[in-house]
Amino acid sequence: MDNIILEMRGITKTFPGVKALDNVNLKVREGEIHALVGENGAGKSTLMKVLSGVYPAGSYDGEIHYDNKLRSFSTISDSEHIGIIIIHQELALVPLLSIAENIFLGNEIATKGVIDWKQTFNRTKELLKKVGLNEPPSARITDIGIGKQQLVEIAKALSKKVRLLILDEPTASLNETDSDALLKLLMEFRKQGMTSIIISHKLNEIKKVADKITIIRDGGTVETLDCHNEDISEDRIIKGMVGRDMEDRYPAREPKIGETLLEVKNWNVFHQHHRDRKFLHDVNFTVRAGEVVGIAGLMGAGRTETAMSVFGRSWGHKITGDVLMHGKPVDVSTIPRAIEAGLAYVTEDRKHLGLVLNNNIMHNTTLSNLDGVANSGVIDERKEREVATGYRTKLRIRSHSIYQEAVNLSGGNQQKVVLSKWLFTNPEVLILDEPTRGIDVGAKYEIYTIINQLAAEGKGILMISSEMPELLGTCDRIYVMNEGRIVAELPKGEASQESIMRAIMRSGEKH
Amino acid sequence: MAAEKSAQNTPSIGTYLRNNIREYGLLVALVVIMLFFQVVTGGVLFKPVNITNLILQNSFIVIMALGMLLIIVAGHIDLSVGSIVAFTGGLSAIMLVKWGIHYSIVVPVCLILGGLVGAAQGYWVAYQKIPSFIVTLAGMLVFRGLTYLILQNRPIGPFPKDFQSLSTGFVPDFLYFLNPVPGVVANFFALVVVVALVGLAIYYGLRDRRENEKHGTENEPFAFFAGQMVIIACVSIFLGFMLSTYKGFPNVLIVMGLLIALYTFITTRSTVGRRIYAMGGNEKAAKLSGINTERLTFYTFINMGVLAALAGMIIAARLNSATPKAGVGFELDVIAACFIGGASASGGVGKITGAVIGALIMGVMNNGMSIMGLGIDYQQLVKGLVLLAAVFFDVYNKNKG
Repeated sequence: MDNIILEMRGITKTFPGVKALDNVNLKVREGEIHALVGENGAGKSTLMKVLSGVYPAGSYDGEIHYDNKLRSFSTISDSEHIGIIIIHQELALVPLLSIAENIFLGNEIATKGVIDWKQTFNRTKELLKKVGLNEPPSARITDIGIGKQQLVEIAKALSKKVRLLILDEPTASLNETDSDALLKLLMEFRKQGMTSIIISHKLNEIKKVADKITIIRDGGTVETLDCHNEDISEDRIIKGMVGRDMEDRYPAREPKIGETLLEVKNWNVFHQHHRDRKFLHDVNFTVRAGEVVGIAGLMGAGRTETAMSVFGRSWGHKITGDVLMHGKPVDVSTIPRAIEAGLAYVTEDRKHLGLVLNNNIMHNTTLSNLDGVANSGVIDERKEREVATGYRTKLRIRSHSIYQEAVNLSGGNQQKVVLSKWLFTNPEVLILDEPTRGIDVGAKYEIYTIINQLAAEGKGILMISSEMPELLGTCDRIYVMNEGRIVAELPKGEASQESIMRAIMRSGEKH
Repeated sequence: MAAEKSAQNTPSIGTYLRNNIREYGLLVALVVIMLFFQVVTGGVLFKPVNITNLILQNSFIVIMALGMLLIIVAGHIDLSVGSIVAFTGGLSAIMLVKWGIHYSIVVPVCLILGGLVGAAQGYWVAYQKIPSFIVTLAGMLVFRGLTYLILQNRPIGPFPKDFQSLSTGFVPDFLYFLNPVPGVVANFFALVVVVALVGLAIYYGLRDRRENEKHGTENEPFAFFAGQMVIIACVSIFLGFMLSTYKGFPNVLIVMGLLIALYTFITTRSTVGRRIYAMGGNEKAAKLSGINTERLTFYTFINMGVLAALAGMIIAARLNSATPKAGVGFELDVIAACFIGGASASGGVGKITGAVIGALIMGVMNNGMSIMGLGIDYQQLVKGLVLLAAVFFDVYNKNKG
């Protein structure tokens, strides 16, 4: 059990103008779960790309020893061949093909090009059993949830005789139940002697499963912590990641709560695609000036759908109910009207719904309020530049200029650009949907600070988040949603992880 | 930090060339192709009468490329423009020749009808979410069929003289009394205008650089700016001089020039243009940002219809007859011009200048090969390969960077 399966020595990888990895060392023992943590852009993914052969041997300096032999991979299949399999954050499954077809894609069980379906299905059943997925092999990927898709990826890895499994942010888009199941599976594999490397931002999960934690900062290895020798706290890990103590993960704020800004009454919405299914039932909520209101709930509880249906009916159909601003009914039937009414919605999916990635920071910043920098349809370049520069400074967007394309920014900075865009529409109520998803600890703190500033300016904030500590740390009041209903409203004093979970469970029993 | 900043504002020539290779590559390619044909045709290409011809032959491709670029940037395609050309050409012929209506009424009516044709297609694309490829493929067949119907399978012509001159006429020499060398220069006005435009271009170029410097925007290296200006000035003055020794500026050149300027302005400075680029780059994000993407798509198709109608009338007037077969295959030339000019098939990327240069590259190749006496077979072959090469160049650059 004690032999080193993988050792990466002195890995240095440079891109034009940037040193992405600088003399990184990583030692992984056979049969352990090794966590790799670090802020976004620290170099974790680059390191794994070096290991799996995405960056071929010769394009980096340093040595990779695997099974006590020096290896040089020139393609991904070289590394897969000897049992190193990487599962990326964005899953590589074909949505319209079946589970079985996906598992054996490119690796079909066939004789002379003719697929042996019987054996394919039998093998798939075995693999699915191993990962604890109870779906028929013929089910299409698009018909199963994201948590199950993750399991299919793992089954696919198992089909390739994996010895070292690398998971890049495996639980980023999973709900708590699915995440737990996945982590249990990893621990199960550990018992069978499989080695895994897990990259994650979720420190509580890492604490749960990891044997060793290697921390990477600014392209270099900081340290490797052994979880068996000492009790490693989350703060200890964070300290390693950011290079300093994080006294408080949530900046303090003195709430100054004013009049009611937004009021949503008897909001009923049918599902966007399954048109007969009522999805939201009599949802009521309010947001007051200077208040940060949270919506907690499990994945699929209807939080994003509530926000989007209120914001210009951008989700759902047969929408009924009233939206009031300052106590007066407003028309929010289209997105421009919702913006006009003083609403802004910062999406949870900034790459697909928030940014035009190939446009620069300036163009993204002014997109929602182009008329604010134009005179009768003609853009005033100077004004636009000033606006974009202003937000770049105010929100501290790290970039070499306002002309940098959004695609080249880190997650945290991208989020700040989306925020700039909505701040420039001068909204009264901002709906923030998972505002810190997939961004690193340092940037999270900055986002919380911005939220506090906005609240202090008298704006109302409605914040949707799947991370309960985040809601508890930032909100003045928390609504709990489950199955399309608001099932509890908890003031700051009463809210805790337990009370939120209890509300969800209790409501589950009722229906 | 300061050093780094200034380094970014005026990048080294090498870096700058690498980052902007697409745009310069295109311009260089056009010049190389022109010189090549000038040599192999034994100097015919740059004869004044041939330059005039080149403009007359390609103006409509350029004009349609302006609209097509917007369509492609918006993330769509329009295969029907060739048929719209024939349809509006036919309509104009019926109104002018059969019904004897004055052209001052016919021209605007045809432009409006072209807009309606565009709207009819844009409706299905924008509001019913049918892929534009399918809608305009249907439109291509429908309007070709309608053209045969309204023309009853026969060409109509000839057109009244005044209508013809829209397409084949020239701007008169307003400054003939100032002409210092009447024996050489036939249209002094053309020469004066070209020189004035070159002067203006240099003045505004320098002013922009100053503005950029003030605001810390990236400037191209001065050597580049100067080189570029010299080349553009030489080429323009040369072409202008050649034209002035013949009949001066064709009317369509003025129309084309004004439209190029207008669409450059729309794409770079107007909110509508900005929104089209955003929509093509990420339609969902644009929609969630409060942009009415349906209406915007609808408008781009109306715009295309109007420009195609204009092109249709220019072609009909030039051929002096409206035939049911007019404009067959034009959609491909127009689309190819946009892609050669650097537009992306997935939307969101493309420039008016690129599309115009792309159209000119196609035009010069057509013209040059015709002079050489190469048949339509070789012409198609060469054009196809050039299109592929240009797009490969794009992809290669993108992957490298």
